[in-house]
Amino acid sequence: MSTMNLTLRVWRQKGPEDKGRMVTYKVVDVSPDMSFLEMLDVLNDRLIVEGDEPIAFDHDCREGICGMCGMVINGVPHGEQRATTTCQLHMRHFNDGDTITIEPWRAAAFPVVKDLVVDRTSFDRIIQAGGFISVPAGSAPDAHSLPVQKDAADAAFDAATCIGCGACVAACPNGSASLFTAAKITHLGLLPQGQPERDSRAKAMVEQMDAEGFGGCTNTGECTAVCPKGIPLSTIARMNRDYLSAK
Amino acid sequence: MAVTGAVMVLFLVGHVLGNLKMFSGPQAFNDYAEWLRTVGEPAVPRRTVLTLVEVVLAAAVILHMWSAISLARRANKARPVKYAAKRKNQASGYATHTMRFGGLIIVLFLVWHLLDLTFAVVNPAGPAGLPYDRMVQGFALERWWVTVFYALSVIMLGLHLRHGLWSAFQTLGVGNARARQGLSAGAAVFSLLLVAGFLAVPFAVMIGVLK
Repeated sequence: MSTMNLTLRVWRQKGPEDKGRMVTYKVVDVSPDMSFLEMLDVLNDRLIVEGDEPIAFDHDCREGICGMCGMVINGVPHGEQRATTTCQLHMRHFNDGDTITIEPWRAAAFPVVKDLVVDRTSFDRIIQAGGFISVPAGSAPDAHSLPVQKDAADAAFDAATCIGCGACVAACPNGSASLFTAAKITHLGLLPQGQPERDSRAKAMVEQMDAEGFGGCTNTGECTAVCPKGIPLSTIARMNRDYLSAK
Repeated sequence: MAVTGAVMVLFLVGHVLGNLKMFSGPQAFNDYAEWLRTVGEPAVPRRTVLTLVEVVLAAAVILHMWSAISLARRANKARPVKYAAKRKNQASGYATHTMRFGGLIIVLFLVWHLLDLTFAVVNPAGPAGLPYDRMVQGFALERWWVTVFYALSVIMLGLHLRHGLWSAFQTLGVGNARARQGLSAGAAVFSLLLVAGFLAVPFAVMIGVLK
């Protein structure tokens, strides 16, 4: 397959205090088999050789399970390819001559650290507020000592696939973190181990989410549509249910 | 949003059923309008029930607007720097993304609607006119622009409920993944029926079925 020449408009910001701006770069001879991040690696190699500062972006596993590689590509978090992280997005989904706009997650609770890197510790604080279960430590429990229904196990696992990337916040017109918080509440709230703290968990996590400065949910469904793991919107109904009964 | 919205939806159901009394003739409709004022008599004075309903509705409208404005302000604060790329909606359609604009249209319509058919100050039949006459003269063919504005507003209301109805259930924590699809479909059917019900009378007047 022939290679592509692309124009990138990338958000460059030297640090948290810098105002930041969009900068245009030409990238030539892009292979359609490259991942989006590999394409940025190629550009960064060139920028380093030319004596420029490389574009800072988060990445880690590059296999779609760590949740680090967040960027808004042409107005859509992780790009328009459904259920895909940026690292798993391949250049074959773009055409020769395309102009691609790349921006960081935009949210007050996700301040930009540098270029495309944002600080997502607000998510960590939501987890710290209640995204855990309290169990007596010790040896592993006997197998099957705690039965879990198959459908509950499946639904809990589906919610647990959330990688905490923050695409839901980035896509939400209200900048709400409801899908992330709801995924954690659903994951733990469906399992027997999560029952003792179910109400206090929902209350604490929702209050922390609000305290972090995320917006309110208006059920637009944009979060689910861009979620690389396809966390369903119904988790938010479950979060609201647990939150209302906790009051 | 959900609770105040539910109050208004319940009112709308009563409102549309009342409107359809137009098809039972002038006597039935005027009697129905009178009954709204006398219901509860003699246990309570005239207009007690109606006034109570009006107070609850006014409170619902104000609280609904207050919630909407708070949500919009929170949303604005939650994303101080906007995206440079044009937004591409990945999920829901027009109804979901027109809630704020649609709400504005509906509240403007509400002002006109009250002036036209409740206080009748901008209605040809005037404040002294009987309810049936206000409807027939208000939606007369030569006042077609009133009917067009009315129709657009009612359709906007339908779109508002298309998203608002199932969204209210979601906010109140009702439903799992399967129920959500049912609720969404139910909201579509309900909104469509409501819009059809509200449009039936003005168009019947316009084409001369009701006179």
